[in-house]
Amino acid sequence: MKYLDEYRDHRIARALAAEIVQSTTRPWVLMEICGGQTHTIMRYGIDELLPREIELVHGPGCPVCVTPLETVDKAIALAMRREVTLVSYGDMLRVPGSRSDLFRAKALGADVRIAYSPIDAVKIAAANPDRKVVFLAIGFETTAPANAMAAWQARYKGISNFSMLVSHVLVPPAIRALMVSQTNRVQGFIAPGHVCTVMGCKEYEDLVRDFRVPIVVGGFEPVDILEAVLMLICQLEARQLGAGEARLENQYVRSVSYQGNLPAQQLVEEVFEIADQKWRGIGSIPRSGLRLRQEYAAFDANRVFDLGEITVDEPADCISAQVLQGLKKPPDCPAFGIRCTPENPLGAPMVSTEGACAAYYHYRRHTAAS
Amino acid sequence: MSAKTIVEKNFDFSCPAPLPAKDTILLGHGSGGKLSAELIRDIFLPAFQNPVLARLDDQAIVNVNGQRLAITTDSFVVKPLFFPGGDIGSLAVHGSVNDLAMGGATPLFLSAAFIIEEGFSIDELRRVVNSLRRAAAEAGVQVVTGDTKVVEKGKGDGLFINTTGIGLVPEGVDLSADRARPGDKVLLSGSIGDHGIAILAQREGLEFETQIQSDSAALHTLVADMLGVTSNVTPDMRCMRDPTRGGVSSTLNEIAERSRVGIELDESSLPIHEQVRGACELLGLDPLYVANEGKLIAIVAPEAADAVLQAMRRHPLGAEAQIIGSVKKENPGLVTMRTPFGTTRIVDMLAGDQLPRIC
Amino acid sequence: MCLAIPGKILDIQELGEMRVARVQFGGIVRQVSMDFVPEAGLGDYVMVHVGFAISRVDAFEAERTYKLLEEMGALEAELPPAEP
Repeated sequence: MKYLDEYRDHRIARALAAEIVQSTTRPWVLMEICGGQTHTIMRYGIDELLPREIELVHGPGCPVCVTPLETVDKAIALAMRREVTLVSYGDMLRVPGSRSDLFRAKALGADVRIAYSPIDAVKIAAANPDRKVVFLAIGFETTAPANAMAAWQARYKGISNFSMLVSHVLVPPAIRALMVSQTNRVQGFIAPGHVCTVMGCKEYEDLVRDFRVPIVVGGFEPVDILEAVLMLICQLEARQLGAGEARLENQYVRSVSYQGNLPAQQLVEEVFEIADQKWRGIGSIPRSGLRLRQEYAAFDANRVFDLGEITVDEPADCISAQVLQGLKKPPDCPAFGIRCTPENPLGAPMVSTEGACAAYYHYRRHTAAS
Repeated sequence: MSAKTIVEKNFDFSCPAPLPAKDTILLGHGSGGKLSAELIRDIFLPAFQNPVLARLDDQAIVNVNGQRLAITTDSFVVKPLFFPGGDIGSLAVHGSVNDLAMGGATPLFLSAAFIIEEGFSIDELRRVVNSLRRAAAEAGVQVVTGDTKVVEKGKGDGLFINTTGIGLVPEGVDLSADRARPGDKVLLSGSIGDHGIAILAQREGLEFETQIQSDSAALHTLVADMLGVTSNVTPDMRCMRDPTRGGVSSTLNEIAERSRVGIELDESSLPIHEQVRGACELLGLDPLYVANEGKLIAIVAPEAADAVLQAMRRHPLGAEAQIIGSVKKENPGLVTMRTPFGTTRIVDMLAGDQLPRIC
Repeated sequence: MCLAIPGKILDIQELGEMRVARVQFGGIVRQVSMDFVPEAGLGDYVMVHVGFAISRVDAFEAERTYKLLEEMGALEAELPPAEP
């Protein structure tokens, strides 16, 4: 497959790995922000190719993992209502809420369906006017335009039985929160290539300027990740020698432009507005989420349905907060693989295949964490 | 490269955290992965304690008056009922015929029991039955007995079929999941993921323009060719399994577990059709977990592997056969895979169903 | 997160106010919304996420940067294998 296979070429991967080994003279802590990048690293064993001086920590780039417990509980509550058809992306079905998950709700008779695209949910609503169709609209900025389009289409076509339960998170505020935290150890970031495809690079440039930390916008294939790591290492090593300031670089040039996707940004702007947002395992980060604008109130499940105020606490065993911040690795968790497994997840990073815990569990648990 | 130490798989499925104890059946219990295995281990095995069942092979081989008889039973609940490359009728024949064949048995007779929902179209029923008849004829088996039940509307999802098959196992054939040994080769008869993706495409209305066909087929003549190629059948052919629900991964994990060996796959040797690959990439699915209905995995002694591979390739259902890995002493119970980068990752047992993802 | 994969545009049509393309991914073809990438045309590759094209693959940039990577790879292939 073109533009995919070439970036899985193992000779190039090995060459990049060799370059990285050559260029690394001291320990560095790098973070890849996006869950898809974590998935690639684990699946191809990229960390095995890197010198031991480089520590890769996995960031909070998994919208499934960071969807607040309350949202999952609300989705389940809605799904259990007889007149509701709950439509969701596949990733969300096994994410544990306080007491249940959407899969179990389905087992108990709830009408829960999987959609590949948010437009599928709108189509279901149009085809079933007697059902109240609720779409669980989660994601980062990458998915926001598609979710926005679903709302826009529903409004344009007057599909009044359609609504969305929105939990959208924005990456840069989370990175900011991470960077100002006392416990931050990350010295360089691989920024999420598909988020930047939509949003462009400006926000990451601001992060580089404010925190003087190198950021490379990276793609999702093994060659992309390795090239991004090399670019970060070159910057870090050069600064070590007093040469050059931290800067933003773009590795994922085939998809990311500086300004990003303007039509997509415009639609997101039209449908959503920025709001404070709770991140599961991290807490509330100001202005780090999206909610539907007032004009779309009729399509906002939070306003259409009376859901009350649900607040919940995380289970004590689950250290996903620290994992999501890159402070701990999944194998550091005492529950990892023992009380917390993909079949019985304590926290979301074990459920979502993009979650760091699940990735470790599925691909790498045969090696002990050093 | 840092030294690696092995962490023992240590599961304790009792979870003290927010979710209640599992007291209801989930869809995942039927997907052939860990949940299914749990159900068998916790509910069924303890109830029917006998050494034949305990082997948990695809078929049971029992001794009746000096003859080795293979018996298998399988229920078919596939949705949609009709799909590119087959339907519930042909699947019902292939499923049981293949389970018998995996024990080396020559399939002889089938029973077919139908559970039909009130309101089901008789034309569709006729279509299914004709398909079943044709598949049985092609496979050389007779449907000698059956049953029909009708359930109230809303209680039956259209149509369910159960087939039970019996066959005879020739002298000297001893295929079982606990016989794999370090050094053995892992052979796969052809491309993976075709059936599962064909079903998914149809069911989820994924509208793939290029129709992906299920690979549903009866494998017993392929098996016969493979067994016939070596005079040393008993030692050489260790085990055969058809990777249905849960895919190649589940099958190999079961073998690794039963034989207490490790299995290492070579990722670049896995045969996958372009269409299946494209669909899996798009949906974020791993072809190793997708169901197949016309493929088999064979664990073969190293000295016989090449001859068996050639025999497979001469058969129409084995034309794309490959050696995809080998059995190892290290990491017993675990299936690992060597990536084209020379790194290694685990091919884990699926918990429940594999779901399409956006992340 | 954000699973997006590249596909080739086989044809494009206007469906009412929406622009929709048939896009080929390896061996399969699927309908994709082109509303966010109006500049993409026949034969172009686009990155597709949840049924929407989110960018047009910059073939020129891809080619340019990949050449350098290929050279690295070729060089590496000539060297003796690295110690594990």
